[in-house]
This record gives sequence, structure tokens and C-alpha cells, in this order.
Amino acid sequence: MIRHQEDIIIQTICRMLIPFMQVYGLYVLAHGHGSPGGGFQGGCIFAASFILMPIAYDLDKAKRRFTERRTILFCSLGVFIYAGVGWLCLLLGGNFLDYGKLSAILPVGPVMARYYGIAVIETGVQITVMAVMVSIFINLITSGRHEEEMRNTHD
Amino acid sequence: MKKFLGVAIAIAALMVLLQGVEDLPPWGDPNQPASLHVSPRYIEKSLTETGVPNMVTAVLADYRGYDTLFETAVIFTAGVAVLMILRRSAP
Amino acid sequence: MIDTFFTHYNYWVFAVLLMIGLYSMMAKNNLMKKLIGMNIFQWAIILYFISIGAKRGAQIPIVVGAHGQGENLAIHAAEYINPLPHVLMLTAIVVGVATTGISLALLIAIYKQYDTIEEDKIIEALKK
Repeated sequence: MIRHQEDIIIQTICRMLIPFMQVYGLYVLAHGHGSPGGGFQGGCIFAASFILMPIAYDLDKAKRRFTERRTILFCSLGVFIYAGVGWLCLLLGGNFLDYGKLSAILPVGPVMARYYGIAVIETGVQITVMAVMVSIFINLITSGRHEEEMRNTHD
Repeated sequence: MKKFLGVAIAIAALMVLLQGVEDLPPWGDPNQPASLHVSPRYIEKSLTETGVPNMVTAVLADYRGYDTLFETAVIFTAGVAVLMILRRSAP
Repeated sequence: MIDTFFTHYNYWVFAVLLMIGLYSMMAKNNLMKKLIGMNIFQWAIILYFISIGAKRGAQIPIVVGAHGQGENLAIHAAEYINPLPHVLMLTAIVVGVATTGISLALLIAIYKQYDTIEEDKIIEALKK
């Protein structure tokens, strides 16, 4: 049971901090090519911003943004993007996950086609990791009842 | 009783491990077998073959992309499994 | 054994952490403490693999100053550390997170059923 506590300092700071955390998560994803980072790391940082919301505020705020249907949709979307790019490379004549053949649809050479293939794949991985982390967190807190209304939130 | 047995087994296993660790290569040796077979090829050719300066991302997403696909499937399965364990259909 | 300590002390740290995790898994009574012991065990192995990939005087495995075209850069394998253990351990970390999440869910389910998470009380309740 989560007791609803009003704490003005924590709420103000979290309200300012959550958008910056999300931008930082996307930055770590986008700069995975030139500095340490990538899909898994950016996904965890992005999920941390959504986990900060129930800790500072009420759980209903996070549940309104991440209904159960949307969470599971995002989980599957990431794996679908990853396998979809591999399947697309198969259609264009190469092996599975052979991004060099993507140069048939993108206007770049085979070396840079692998560059862009890696970028799309890391995006898919980030979406899945973010959605799974938020889903596990909300399920552990509400004991599996993601969709039920929270009773006794205001004591 | 259980704690004493646990400490005894842990110390015995620690002694065995420390004996076995002497034969491993010293820390930071550039000629150890872990850095000799396929790893120099990844280091030297990853920028010219993939165009990505970060070798870890290039190996993870391009040379070993199949492993990363199934690892994403593993974390998806973990999310679904938590949902299924904690949800009871009976009220 | 002591004379190789200064060249092999990363393996000593790994062995000590491993045994701390193993002791927690074997001898503690609370299920949550056993879970933390399993987590320590896992991280000791990840530390071991990452310490294998180090090279003396080498840089991190990111080529500086090139983006997209690298034909005129000479890259020697002795200047960069081994990227392969880092790649494998990324997968291991994610698997560790998945395992921890599922075992926490199992712990909640056990608590709902037996109303305790001490191991001896659960075994007593099972025998009845």
C-alpha cells in the first residue's frame, strides 16, 4: 500500500528533473556510436524517469501515462523493430541481419548502411528495455493489479 | 550449525579458487589468450567495415547481432513472466 | 601463493566476492538475503570477465577522431583494450536484471501464500 505524502521540495525537484532525465536517455542512445552508450543504457535511464514519478508523486500519475495496454504494446514494438529490420535485409537479398543490403533502399553505400542499421536496432532495444522496466516496477508494487483502481491512496 | 557449515564450505572453496588462480595470466597482459584470436580482427576492422567508431556497439549490434536479438527477447519474456506470476484470475 | 598477489589481485577480489555471495545463499535464513547473495555472485563473475579484457597502457575501445570514414587511420590491436568481454557482459547484466525481477515477483507470491519469508517457517508450513 502506498501512502500519499505531500512533500513540496521533492515534488518540485522531480518535476524539474524528469524531462532532463528523458532527454539524457535519448542522448545516450543517439551517441552510442561515438561514446559509451547504446540501447540498453539509454533504455534504463529513460525508464528511471518513469520510475521516479510514483516515488515522488502518486502512483496514479504513472499509471495514467503507462496503461497496461500501452506498456505491453511498447514491449513488443521494440522486438518487432529489431526482427523487422532483419527480415527486411532478408527480403533485399542478403542474410538475416545483414545490414549491408539496406543500401538498396537508403541512398548511402554499404558501409554507411550498416551504420544506420545499427542505429535503428538500438532504438528498438531501447523501447523494449524501457517498457519492460516500467512494467516490472508497476507489477511489483501493485502485486499484479495494474488496472485496478488504487484504493486508500489518501489516508 | 548451518552458519558454521556455510563458513567452512566458503573458506574451503576460497582456498581451492586461490590455488587455481595462480595459473591464470597476470592482469593487463597483452598476450593473454583472451585477446589473441578473434579480438584483434574486431579491433582493427570494425571502423572500416561498419563505420562506427565505438567498437563495443559495432560488435554487439553488427558482428553479434543475432545474440542481441535473442537477448531482447529474453528481457521481453521476463516482463511477461512477472505479469503472469503476480496475476491471479480468481478474486 | 602470496608472491603472485601483486600481479593477480583482481582474481583475489573476484574469489572473495564469489565466496561472500555463496555464503549468503547457503547460510542465511531470510529469502530476500539469499536473493541478494545470488546477485553478488552474479556481479562477481561479471567483474572477473571485465578484468580479463584489460591491457596495460591501452585506451578504451572507441576510435577518436573518425566518424564514418576510417581508411586513413592506423589502428593497432595493442592500443585498445579487448572489447569482447564488455559485449558479452552487457548481455549478462541484462539477464541478471531479468532474473532479479522474476525472483522478486516469486517472493511476493510466496509472501501472499505463506505470510512469511523465513525459510524454516516455510519448510514447517510445507510439512503439514
